[in-house]
Amino acid sequence: MLDVRGLKKVYEGSGRRVEAVRDLTFSVAAGELVCLVGPSGCGKTTLLRCVGGLLRPTAGEVLLAGRKVDGPPPGMAFVFQEYGRSLFPWMRVGENVELPLRRKGLGKARRRELVADALGSVGLADAAGAYPWQLSGGMQQRVAIARALAYEPEVLLMDEPFAAVDAQTRADLEDLVRRLWRERSMTILFVTHDIDEAVYLGERVVVLSASPTVVREQLKVDLPHGRDQVHTRVAPRFAELRTRVYEQIQAAKRGTERPVKSPLPRQG
Amino acid sequence: MRRVLLRLVFVFALPAVLVTVWWVASAGSEDVYWPPLATVLETFPDVWTGERWRGDVLPSVLRLAAGYALAAVVGVALGTLVGSYRRVRAVCEPALEFLRAVPPPVLVPVIMLFAGIGDTMKIVVIAAGCVWPVLLNTVEGVRAVDAVTAETARSYGVTGVAWLRHVVLPSASPQIFAGLRQALSIGIILMVISEMFAASNGLGFTIVQFQRSFAIPGMWTGILLLGLLGFVLSALFRLVERRALGWYHGLRAAARRPGSSS
Repeated sequence: MLDVRGLKKVYEGSGRRVEAVRDLTFSVAAGELVCLVGPSGCGKTTLLRCVGGLLRPTAGEVLLAGRKVDGPPPGMAFVFQEYGRSLFPWMRVGENVELPLRRKGLGKARRRELVADALGSVGLADAAGAYPWQLSGGMQQRVAIARALAYEPEVLLMDEPFAAVDAQTRADLEDLVRRLWRERSMTILFVTHDIDEAVYLGERVVVLSASPTVVREQLKVDLPHGRDQVHTRVAPRFAELRTRVYEQIQAAKRGTERPVKSPLPRQG
Repeated sequence: MRRVLLRLVFVFALPAVLVTVWWVASAGSEDVYWPPLATVLETFPDVWTGERWRGDVLPSVLRLAAGYALAAVVGVALGTLVGSYRRVRAVCEPALEFLRAVPPPVLVPVIMLFAGIGDTMKIVVIAAGCVWPVLLNTVEGVRAVDAVTAETARSYGVTGVAWLRHVVLPSASPQIFAGLRQALSIGIILMVISEMFAASNGLGFTIVQFQRSFAIPGMWTGILLLGLLGFVLSALFRLVERRALGWYHGLRAAARRPGSSS
């Protein structure tokens, strides 16, 4: 579904040349939930903006369902970390969710239907008439997720969406993403700096190096599909996987070239 | 109910005190130029008859409305253009700063040269003075569109007219309204001044006319009426602003509440 090939991004300005992303190649299959995790400041956000067509890569390319991404494609929806700035405060919740649908040339009835369905899915069916700033942080991020759902994207891009909410809300939102992914068989690329979150959410975790970024390791998360905050997080397999990712991130921070330690034991 | 009463007391207390002071201080005044307030108020209904309202007040207000509307449209349109493009801004900014620094009343003789002395001249004068605060505030507002807001719009394909209408203008509207508010007081001043130069009707014309013919109480009634007009227009403006910027005031209040997240 999504192919990232040899992606490279160099920022140039005022005599400084910063290589943020060196050479990234990975892909996301249709219906897969992939988490990208890396040390702080490793160019995760740069990478996601390149994937989403918001930023032009210096080299390499991004393919969405075989078509080259050149500007934000209609098949991608974004959920940003800063929900307070990403939702438009002058529009009510329903209008916020509806606005992107106008681009798709849908009729008014169909737009209403999509908005109601999306808001219902995130548990905010009766908040359509409220302004975003009347809602709590967690609810605002739900609205942003509803906006992305209503857009019916081929791939959903999420850029550290839960970094700014408290721990309990965060757990709820993680379960919401898992549920939506299973219900709607969506394709999701989820960027985070939180190792536990990456392992809990993802079907696969792509570990990035420190900047200039390359893919350090790709890890299949062989936890069961039905996950919950209480049991999954104390499962031995969960601990093994998170330790593995943690080691990789630590090594990435130190700048060790080779992947460390013994190979991960297979389950069972 | 008590709160409403209290509000009314707050609103009217100071004006009541000022009027009383004026009344008492001017009572029994023999000075021709400072007639007692009682005389001024007695004169008021005699001066401002239906004919005067139609012949002087209405034309003044219509010219103000036309000039102000013209300035608002031109100011917002040009401001959006200048604010949206860095290159346009670099070219225009020095010229704009210079033009803004020219006091609008000195434009009256100049504008008279090519726009004559009719209504056109007065409307152009009002517009030429009002346009600057609208224009410059719009530029600032358009420039200040949040980066994440802009990226969100772009990623969802909100571009072109939709981008202007649903993102840029609403986002800039608090600044645009600040500019419109400044422009309103400038507009009233220019309405009066433009009528003092060359006119055959209007509020400014009438006041000058009274002063020249030593109808001093009449002159004072004109000044009172101007003050009232300004007050009413500003109240109307507040009403419109509260409706249009309801979201903004709510957002600010929400951000100030203790314990609100980010």
